[in-house]
Amino acid sequence: MTDAAISAPAATPAPAAVSATTVPVVQLTGVSKVFQPTSQGARPVEALKGIDLTVRRGEFVSLIGPSGCGKSTLLRAIGDLTSVTEGSVAVNGKPAAQARRDRDYGMVFQAPVLFEWRSVQENVELPLEIIGRPPHERAVRAREMLDLVELGEFMSHRPWQLSGGMQQRVAIARALALGPDILLMDEPFGALDEMTRERMNLELLRIWERTGTTVIFVTHSIPEAVFLSTRVVVMSARPGRITDVVDVDLPHSRDVETRELERYFELVTRVRESLRRGEGPSSGGTARVRAEGLSA
Amino acid sequence: MTDHRALDAAPDGSEAADFALAEAEAELAADLEAIAPRTPRPVPGTSRHRLRPVLGFLTILAAILVVWEGAKLLGGDRLALDGILGLPIRIDHRPPFQWKIANDLSLPHLWTVFNAFFVQDAVGDTLAVRLLWAAFATFRGALVGFALGAGIGLLLAIVLIQVRLLERSLVPLLVASQTVPIVAIAPVIVVGLKAGWFGIALVAGYLTFFPVTIAATRGMRSADPRAFELLRSYAASNRDVLLRLRLPAAAPYLFTAFKIAATASVVGAIVGELPSGTREGLGGAILNAMQYYSIQPGRLWATIIVASLLGIGCFVLVVLAERRALRHYRPDDLGVAA
Repeated sequence: MTDAAISAPAATPAPAAVSATTVPVVQLTGVSKVFQPTSQGARPVEALKGIDLTVRRGEFVSLIGPSGCGKSTLLRAIGDLTSVTEGSVAVNGKPAAQARRDRDYGMVFQAPVLFEWRSVQENVELPLEIIGRPPHERAVRAREMLDLVELGEFMSHRPWQLSGGMQQRVAIARALALGPDILLMDEPFGALDEMTRERMNLELLRIWERTGTTVIFVTHSIPEAVFLSTRVVVMSARPGRITDVVDVDLPHSRDVETRELERYFELVTRVRESLRRGEGPSSGGTARVRAEGLSA
Repeated sequence: MTDHRALDAAPDGSEAADFALAEAEAELAADLEAIAPRTPRPVPGTSRHRLRPVLGFLTILAAILVVWEGAKLLGGDRLALDGILGLPIRIDHRPPFQWKIANDLSLPHLWTVFNAFFVQDAVGDTLAVRLLWAAFATFRGALVGFALGAGIGLLLAIVLIQVRLLERSLVPLLVASQTVPIVAIAPVIVVGLKAGWFGIALVAGYLTFFPVTIAATRGMRSADPRAFELLRSYAASNRDVLLRLRLPAAAPYLFTAFKIAATASVVGAIVGELPSGTREGLGGAILNAMQYYSIQPGRLWATIIVASLLGIGCFVLVVLAERRALRHYRPDDLGVAA
């Protein structure tokens, strides 16, 4: 990773996001994942089956599906946090493991996972420390990233002094600190209340537009997926398969009023129906209810 | 903060403005609420917070002393005093019961113990002065033993964490090492090694390392599994994982073990002194006082009091170090903020 690459995202002006190019950043071919049982008598679980997916540079792709459809597993496979049983995961034309060693990823989990013994600033500096940046450069970069998530004045606070939403913003600042090619987000706002969540959605879009980072975003909220994404990948459970890919042609930049557009509602309905079809006629009643609950 | 921006951006009078306003207010309120009540942890400087535990301690101490003398009053030996502190007061108390545990040999009067501190030896030193020096000598052994034990204990834990295969083979051995009676192993170390006070420190260390190893192993595994994944996503080295995650996450656990180890190291040093032949430390003082017990029971009790004061002192040192080391941790510590 070069100096230029590190300082790139914050310096890059807006247009990158809007003009998603055709360069594939992530290329999944025939990916399957089987979890071998850990206890005797249990059967292997087919978490992913025959996944083909290409994500182009600058895209914002959401993975959506019912619980247990393997969307998190898919994200973790892209980030080389778990291995795949079959198929190939190529990131920037390299195997995922190599991409991880090249620090191409920024990870954001459902929990902020901040280190309580470090200040907010020190938390953002963590990845920079690991790649051996000098202290001054780290401080400048941390400041820049925290300003980006509008937490500049909380740099010396401890994580446990911040609200959940603020903690998650620190986690995003940390994920962006290395100027990663791809931001992998695993239900990052799932633990937040609805108000904070909508606010964070706007923040994330603004950051995405400013940095031009490719985002892969796992969620179980249909409105969130449609509002944020350029494409929504719909998955079904057991085994986890891609059942539909919905192009979201809502205009940029999106704001609170986007959620009131006719087209927005159409797309939400479209994704909801795809999810329902993915459940299949053979699925049990509970799964059905769960999908309904999510779409509400 | 974002709130002002949201307000400015919303067109006047529209529903969007109302929505944005409500949103901004909710966010601000949530943020303030989150910051306000959690920030002040009990300030250590406040006199009330400082005094309360001291008062509690003194109350319990007073209660023990009352029970002590109360037992003697009920079941001790006959108490005949002619004049207290120069006052012409006569006491001739015959307790209603005769308990062996409360007689003057098993449980000397508090003033007998107190007076023992001021008995002078052949050279003219009082017992108090000699016990003070003895406590220093024992403290040296305990301190070096604690440092050795804590260091080795932590190293062992790091090895156990890094080489998982070792855990199954090594841990039973470590447990076995602690089941061997320390009084049996002490002569082997102290007399066998002929290492003087360093041998005594080794015995202290022998009692110290185990709690540290157990707590450190546990603590280094206590961090959120996603924190390890986070470091993996940065392609962090094993060393980075150890220094930036495992050890800081283990710190609160370590200090709990250090508190146990601090008192254990004093016990270890005293037990180490017993077979060493040295008369320098509290171990020697205890042997000495035991020989005089039938004539001067107060002397052994005085020695016991000094030994336990030393233990308490070591404990307090660890508590002070802990406060300093963990000052940035969440007050109700959880390791990694989830």
